[in-house]
Amino acid sequence: MSFEKFLFYLFAAILVGSALMVITRRNPVHSALFLVLAFFNMAAIWLLAEAEFLAIVLVLVYVGAVMVLFLFVIMMLDIDLATVRAGFIKNLPVGIVVAVLMLVEMVLVLGPKHFGLGKYAAPEAAPADYNNTAELGISLFTQHLYALEIAAVILLVAMIAAISLTLRKRPDSKRQNVTHQHMVKKKDRLKIIKMPAEEKG
Amino acid sequence: MISLSEYLILGALLFVISVAGIFINRKNLIVLLMCVELMLLAVNINFVAFSHFLGDINGQVFVFFILTVAAAEAAIGLAILIVLFRNRSTIDVDDLDTLKG
Repeated sequence: MSFEKFLFYLFAAILVGSALMVITRRNPVHSALFLVLAFFNMAAIWLLAEAEFLAIVLVLVYVGAVMVLFLFVIMMLDIDLATVRAGFIKNLPVGIVVAVLMLVEMVLVLGPKHFGLGKYAAPEAAPADYNNTAELGISLFTQHLYALEIAAVILLVAMIAAISLTLRKRPDSKRQNVTHQHMVKKKDRLKIIKMPAEEKG
Repeated sequence: MISLSEYLILGALLFVISVAGIFINRKNLIVLLMCVELMLLAVNINFVAFSHFLGDINGQVFVFFILTVAAAEAAIGLAILIVLFRNRSTIDVDDLDTLKG
């Protein structure tokens, strides 16, 4: 077994193990941390497949942004773990049956008979000066420019949607309204009343 | 050398694990969202592997867009989850029946 293959199987084993931990842990924080481990190993496998830019993007975007968001949400919500776990054992057999059936079917199709090295020969390793980021960038900014702009709009819409969904006015908070304070006039605060002078007793 | 079928079977394995996760974590909406993320990752490895073996960069472009949409989905999903928890004080899927669906 070549060193490359050994690395692939090592990363794949950790990836599958951490994916199993994600779905079976009782505590959602542990699930999220195992998902981070899974993302790291997937990035390593993508490096083996010579997708260097996407591997780094996976670590930066997923581990750096999305999983941190998940962890923040988990810690903000006060989840009752006992009720959340009810039904775990009840649904376990049907989950395993469906998973094993799907896996057997997919392995029958995707096995070495149809997608082995005989059908798809392993490509030559890219030369040392091959730049995956530049290749991807040229493709993105010429051929797929329109799709890239749509993706940017999708991200903007997602940002606006997330903010507007979670923003709420709190009527009980004692926040000061700075604009209102600046706009105040003398007549709003000061009231002059006419009254007769007091007689000296 | 690593063959294409090894990449594809790894993706299939990851996909069925997340399907099983959706079955067994029926109560916990956060873990359900994590399983969906795992599913998208399992799909992405197919694109990367085919891109590598066919020598076509377009597979990686597709993964790039899937990552974009998945990030947007996670942000909006978690925002909805927070609003839901504020209103109902639960993230149990069985309690979310106000639409009578």
